[in-house]
Amino acid sequence: MTADSTIPLQAFLTVAALLFCTGVWGLINSRNAVRVLMSIELMLNAVNINLMAFSSYLDGQLIRGQVFAIFVITVAAAEAAVGLAILLSLYRNRETVDMERFNLLRW
Amino acid sequence: MTIASTTQQICFLVLAATTVLGALGVVLLPNIVYSAFLLGGVFLSVAGLYLLLNASFVAAAQVLVYVGAVNVLILFAIMLVNKREDLSAIPGLLLRRVLSGTVCAGLFALLLRVAFTTRWALPGPLPVGEDATIRIGEHLFSDYLLPFELASVLLLMAMIGAIVLARRDVFASDVITGEPVDQGLIEKARSPMLLERGDTSPNPSSPLVETSR
Repeated sequence: MTADSTIPLQAFLTVAALLFCTGVWGLINSRNAVRVLMSIELMLNAVNINLMAFSSYLDGQLIRGQVFAIFVITVAAAEAAVGLAILLSLYRNRETVDMERFNLLRW
Repeated sequence: MTIASTTQQICFLVLAATTVLGALGVVLLPNIVYSAFLLGGVFLSVAGLYLLLNASFVAAAQVLVYVGAVNVLILFAIMLVNKREDLSAIPGLLLRRVLSGTVCAGLFALLLRVAFTTRWALPGPLPVGEDATIRIGEHLFSDYLLPFELASVLLLMAMIGAIVLARRDVFASDVITGEPVDQGLIEKARSPMLLERGDTSPNPSSPLVETSR
């Protein structure tokens, strides 16, 4: 038998929801800019778990969710590269990674 | 993939526990290097969850891209910006944490309610199992061909953009004329954009003065 009969779909959704909420909390509360990027990666992974679970349970023949997950992984890799480049450039100019001091655009 | 159901459940429980605890560690641990390594653990356990869902190709891609590339990139970024700085206290930090925690708990409750009250169309069609990789290849070269090509363009743009953004504009000599370049001019031309007034000291290693807000 496959995984569909032994583990309910809701279990995967619960894990993904926990991961997503942890990522949101970390995104809001992190002072370190690198940790903010890590939180974004956590949220993207949560979305990917959802996509894979739906693809396996509800769309077993045409696994379109897996194709979407591959695209999400691609975009996440590009996002990480550009985000860390921006972070390095920001660090070079401001000499800090504290999110509270990146307030140039704050009114 | 055929494993006994009890084994599958144990695997799922272990992977889910490591995923969630690792994510909490990523967010909560004070040392960011530990967070980065725990993030690698989270990525690996998510790849294990993908294996439980009959998706071996995406699990391999997850290990290669996330653990192999993104996590290493994050570790390099941590090394490059490695400076011990004691963060100044902000008023209302605890209130902010509690408030955002409440909001996140509410979001979690909402997601759980959606997950458990929606009547999913279960059982769906039989999973393809081992043929998933072949099916993904067919998708990528037939009906998802345009997004596939766009993804390659996106990766190229991200690569060039990352190089341009992270590059240090300091050359030992001018590329065209071959004359030595005044380093101070380049630094001065770059710095006033982001530095605040009074901070444009010629010594770049001097700590920035926190202006009173």
